[in-house]
Amino acid sequence: MIDREQVLHVARLARLELADEEVDRMARELSGILDHVDKISALDLDGVEPTSHVVALENVFRADEPEPSLPRERALEQAPDPAEGAFRVPSPGAS
Amino acid sequence: MTPADAGPPTRGAGGDELLELTAGQALSRIEAGDLGADEYFDAYADAAAGDELNAYLWRAERGGGDAGGENLRGAPIAVKDIFCTEGIPTTAGSRILEGYTPPYTATAVARLADAGARVLGKTNMDEFAMGSSNENSAYGPVLNPWDRSRVPGGSSGGSAAAVAGRLAPWGIGTDTGGSIRQPAALCGIVGLKPTYGAISRYGMIAFASSLDQCGPLTRDVTDAAILLRAMEGRDPRDSTSVGIEGGVELPSREDLEGLRFGVPRELAAGAEGIESSVAENFKATLALIEELGGELDEFELPSTRNGISAYYVIAPAEASANLARYDGVRYGARDREADDLLGMYERTRARGFGAEVKRRIMLGTYALSSGYYEAYYGQAQKVRTRIAQDFSAAFERFDFVVTPTSPTVAFGLGDKTDDPWAMYMNDQCTVPMSLAGIPAISIPSGLAEPEGGGPQLPVGFQIAGRAFSESRILDAAFALEQRIGFG
Repeated sequence: MIDREQVLHVARLARLELADEEVDRMARELSGILDHVDKISALDLDGVEPTSHVVALENVFRADEPEPSLPRERALEQAPDPAEGAFRVPSPGAS
Repeated sequence: MTPADAGPPTRGAGGDELLELTAGQALSRIEAGDLGADEYFDAYADAAAGDELNAYLWRAERGGGDAGGENLRGAPIAVKDIFCTEGIPTTAGSRILEGYTPPYTATAVARLADAGARVLGKTNMDEFAMGSSNENSAYGPVLNPWDRSRVPGGSSGGSAAAVAGRLAPWGIGTDTGGSIRQPAALCGIVGLKPTYGAISRYGMIAFASSLDQCGPLTRDVTDAAILLRAMEGRDPRDSTSVGIEGGVELPSREDLEGLRFGVPRELAAGAEGIESSVAENFKATLALIEELGGELDEFELPSTRNGISAYYVIAPAEASANLARYDGVRYGARDREADDLLGMYERTRARGFGAEVKRRIMLGTYALSSGYYEAYYGQAQKVRTRIAQDFSAAFERFDFVVTPTSPTVAFGLGDKTDDPWAMYMNDQCTVPMSLAGIPAISIPSGLAEPEGGGPQLPVGFQIAGRAFSESRILDAAFALEQRIGFG
C-alpha cells in the first residue's frame, strides 16, 4: 500500500505537481501495481548478480580528439526563454 | 486468406496496385526501370495525406526531397515520432515536446537516408513509448486498419497501422518491452526487435535505456531484413552499439530441417491469459513448423513468470531518470505562471506529461527512492539475470524459442484503459526477450476470432533466438512465412 503522504513525497522528488484528485488516483493505481510487483521482493535471490546491462562491454574508449559540437545558437534555438547566449529560468529563490 | 470485409480498408476495389507491393518488390521494379522512384514516393505521399487512422503526426509533401543513397532508391519510409529528425517536428507523442524541432537526426534514420530512403512521415505513438494500445498519445489514439473500433497495439502503433493500412510501405519503431512486436501482431504485419546493441540509439528519445532498441515494421520478412541491414552497425555516438557481426543476410530458406524450436510452457498455448483462439492459431503454426521439418519440444522458462513484475520496476526506474530532462529549460514546453524555478519544473511537467507517463515516473521514482531501492530495483535486476540465464540454457537445447506474440488479438478502444496492470499484461510474451536483450520477430500467422465474437483479426507468432542471430531468425521466419501464406 502507498498512501497520500508517500505519493506527495515521491511527486516532490519527481518534480511533478499533482492535483488533489490525482493524488488519490495515483495512490490507488500505484498500490494496485505494487501489489503485483511486490511478489519479486519476496523471491530468494541471494547471490544472484544483478544485470544492469545485457551486452558484455567494458570501458568503451575513443581517441580524445576535439570535434565541433552543436553551435551555441543551434542549441538555443528550441529554448523556451533564451537570453544572452544562455537558458534563462525563473529565480530559484523567488518564493 | 484475407476476407475482403475484414482486411485493411485500402485493399481490393479502388486500392492502388502500387501500394500492395512489398518495399522489396518495389525496389526491384525501380531498379529495373519499370517504376519511377518519385512515382513510388508520391503514391504513398498521396495515401498518407488521406490518413484516416491518425497514424501520422507529420507527413512529407509529394516529391519528398533528395535521397542520399542508391540502395533504397528513394523509397518512402514511416518513422516513429520518437526518432529525432533535423528540421522535422518530433514529439514522442507528448505535449511536452509539442513544436519541438530537433537540431540533429537519429543515427538509425540517418543510415536509412544514407542508403537512399526518404522520410514519408512521422508516426503516432504512445507518449514516450509507454503503452500497448496507442491510447496514451497526446495526439489521439491510432485506429487499427482491420477494425477501426480496435487498437493497433503500441507503442509503435502509428508505424504498424500505417504499414498495414497501405499508408506506408514499411516503417521503423522502437521496442522496449514489445512495442514493435505487439503492434505488428495486432495489425497483421512483421515486426523485428533486434538484439540490444544491434542498432544505434543515438537520437532515439530515451525511455528505458538498457532495453530500448530500434527495429523495422514491414509487410514481409525480406523487407525487415533489408531495413535491418541498412540500420545496424556500431556508432561512435552510442557506446552500447556494437552492430551485428557478419552483417545481415537476406532470407532464402525454404524449410526448417534440422532446426530445434523450444515452446516455453509459461508463455505458450495453455498459459494464463492467452486467449483461446490465439492458442489455437499458435498450435496450428507449430504444426506447420513440423511440416517444414522443424523439431518441437516443450520446456520451461520459470523466471519469466516474474518478467512483467521485473520489467515494471526496471523500465519505470530508468524512465524516471531519462524523463528528468523535460523541465522547461532547454527545449519543449514551459509553464509560464510559476514565479520560482521549482514551481516552473513541477507545473511544466504536470501540464506536459499524460497520465501513463506520470504513473511510470512516480512508480520509477518510488522504486529508486531511499529505503526501497534494494527491494525493488536491485531485486528486479536479479530477476533479469535469472531470465537471461533461463534463455541461455534454452539455447543450448534449441535454435529458437517460439511463443504467441500477444496473448490476445486487437482489443477495443477503451477496453483496458481503466486497469493499468491488465494493459501491462499485453506484453507478457514479449518482455522476457527484452530483459534478456535477445532478438525476436513477430510474423502474422493467420486470423482468429476475438473473445466476444466479431470479424477475425490478425495473430502474431514470435520467434526469438540467441543474441545477434538475426540472420538465422529471419531465415526461419521466411520459411514459415512462405508456408503460412498470410496476406
